[in-house]
Amino acid sequence: MPRLVKKLASAIGLLLAVVVLNFLLIQLAPGDPVSVIVGEMGGASEDLIAQMRAEYGLDKPVWLQLLIYIGKICTGDFGFSYYFKQPVLDLILQRLPATILLVITALITAVILGTLMGIFSARKPKGVLSHFVTIFSLVGYAAPVFWTGLMLLIVFASIFPIFPVSGMMNVRGNATWYGAVFDVLHHLVLPAVTLASIYVATYSRLSRASMLDVLGSDYIRTARAKGLSERRVVFGHALRNGLIPVVTMIGLQFGQLFAGAVLVETVFNWPGLGRLAYESILRRDYPTLLGILFFSAILVMVANILTDLAYGKIDPRIGGRRRKKARPAGARP
Amino acid sequence: MTTLPDPIGPKPAHPATEFMRAFARNQSAIIGLMLLAIVLGTTFLGPFLYPVDAYSMVDLPFAPPGGDYAPLGTDYLGRDMLAGIIEGGRATLAVGAAAAVISVVIGILVGSFAGFFGGAIDALLMKVTEFFQILPTLLLAMVLVTIFGASLVTITLAIGAVSWPQVARLARAEFMRIRKLDYVAAARTSGARNGYLIFRVILPAALPPLIVAAGLAVGAAILFEAGLSFLGLGDPNTMSWGLIIGQNRNYLLDAWWTVTLPGVAIFITVLAISLVGDGINDALNPKLRRR
Repeated sequence: MPRLVKKLASAIGLLLAVVVLNFLLIQLAPGDPVSVIVGEMGGASEDLIAQMRAEYGLDKPVWLQLLIYIGKICTGDFGFSYYFKQPVLDLILQRLPATILLVITALITAVILGTLMGIFSARKPKGVLSHFVTIFSLVGYAAPVFWTGLMLLIVFASIFPIFPVSGMMNVRGNATWYGAVFDVLHHLVLPAVTLASIYVATYSRLSRASMLDVLGSDYIRTARAKGLSERRVVFGHALRNGLIPVVTMIGLQFGQLFAGAVLVETVFNWPGLGRLAYESILRRDYPTLLGILFFSAILVMVANILTDLAYGKIDPRIGGRRRKKARPAGARP
Repeated sequence: MTTLPDPIGPKPAHPATEFMRAFARNQSAIIGLMLLAIVLGTTFLGPFLYPVDAYSMVDLPFAPPGGDYAPLGTDYLGRDMLAGIIEGGRATLAVGAAAAVISVVIGILVGSFAGFFGGAIDALLMKVTEFFQILPTLLLAMVLVTIFGASLVTITLAIGAVSWPQVARLARAEFMRIRKLDYVAAARTSGARNGYLIFRVILPAALPPLIVAAGLAVGAAILFEAGLSFLGLGDPNTMSWGLIIGQNRNYLLDAWWTVTLPGVAIFITVLAISLVGDGINDALNPKLRRR
């Protein structure tokens, strides 16, 4: 457990750094918040401006402003969105579930598809599938994700109209709850596939390399010599070690996955945080933008901590629990 | 008189020759090089071979490819798509290259100091690196460009400023490995100062993988610029591939070519860069050379 505590302490330190960065960005932005609000209002009297400055604490020294800002964040006050006319926190919490649904679905799809492709191509390194994986991973890397989305949009909007290409739900609403669930899933297909496409490429390449490595090791030869079926050798013994680099990559790339969500949500009008970021850029709505930056950092950190815990489960050599003796994962007694 | 066999064996080839041979044997790297030549040729020779102004109207909006006035069709303002792709390539490639240089310079500085000094300096610099890694880079760049205004310079600086952590980690690992080698100890004993050791003794040895990383960073920066332009954060006065896609996106279903073609250009460029990068990497890595 102390390892987890240390991780959490470090995460809180990093979050504090994100808050300070946000504060600096607000300071650097041309015009203070009050002048932006006044601009939005279309002008205000000198008295009102001075009163608002005092209200926002802009007449105080910078270090005190920073402390006040940190205090506000700690109490969940992320400011007020000029454009959406509601507190930033409410706005973000409304949009967060859609993003989490999209990102998690894409991640699971990418991991399962990518790993399976990696495993099968590692079994026959010179086979057709193996070449396909190599080419596919290059293509997935080189195509801009929003462009992949737009291409799918062309195909499924005009040629095969079987999936909805915009939004998260039918505009007319759904009569039953299972109708609604099906509706959301139906809308989820294209955004999730688009977002997953880049990562299927990464994970298939990665798991192919790592499975090739693992399948050549001594304990796999032992397992084969014991006469185990090929399926048990691959899925029971090799896969667990072969997955380690994939898990590392999930943790490292989670931030990029979220960045990809910004583009994909914009393409498919998916009402999540990414779409909100796009809308707040159009309106120069800094408080909302900085709130999203803060929450995305939290998401990435949660993902990193979960990855770390998953490590311990997959690879007993890394886990915090003391074992009597380190033994290769998958080699059950 | 008979010639005796040479006791040392044939003279080994110069490392550069060896590298060229290994690279030339790699089919996909050669394909990548050819694609890259096509992209650079189109971008830099294109204006002379196809002298059409990318910013002026040549036909009705959304003229399909194969028309009399525009071979690749026109965009939502009736501008020539081919001229736009040629013109946009320059900005896209320039931003990609410049942003890659910035991120590699920052990455090498951070990584070399962390790897060379170790201890508290390493811990501190790695904390900073980790900090930049938990922030989604695209989002941070979006915020920076929004605050400082969208111009080619701010976009380049923003991309460079957020994408150095990977290079820093790579440089750190290389420096940690090389600083323990004997020749570094010899240089240190002969009285070399830290600055000399870092930049003149260790850096040249650490450079090959960093050059590959720099090449791949160009591809990543091109994708990054395209994403920002697509979100409407591109420089509105300079045509780039991402900007063409972003501007025509709403008319996608009526004029597929306006969005598809610039995307193909981005795809080919990034693909070429990563094929060449992988090729250089394999040729530099003696373990993979004999495959």
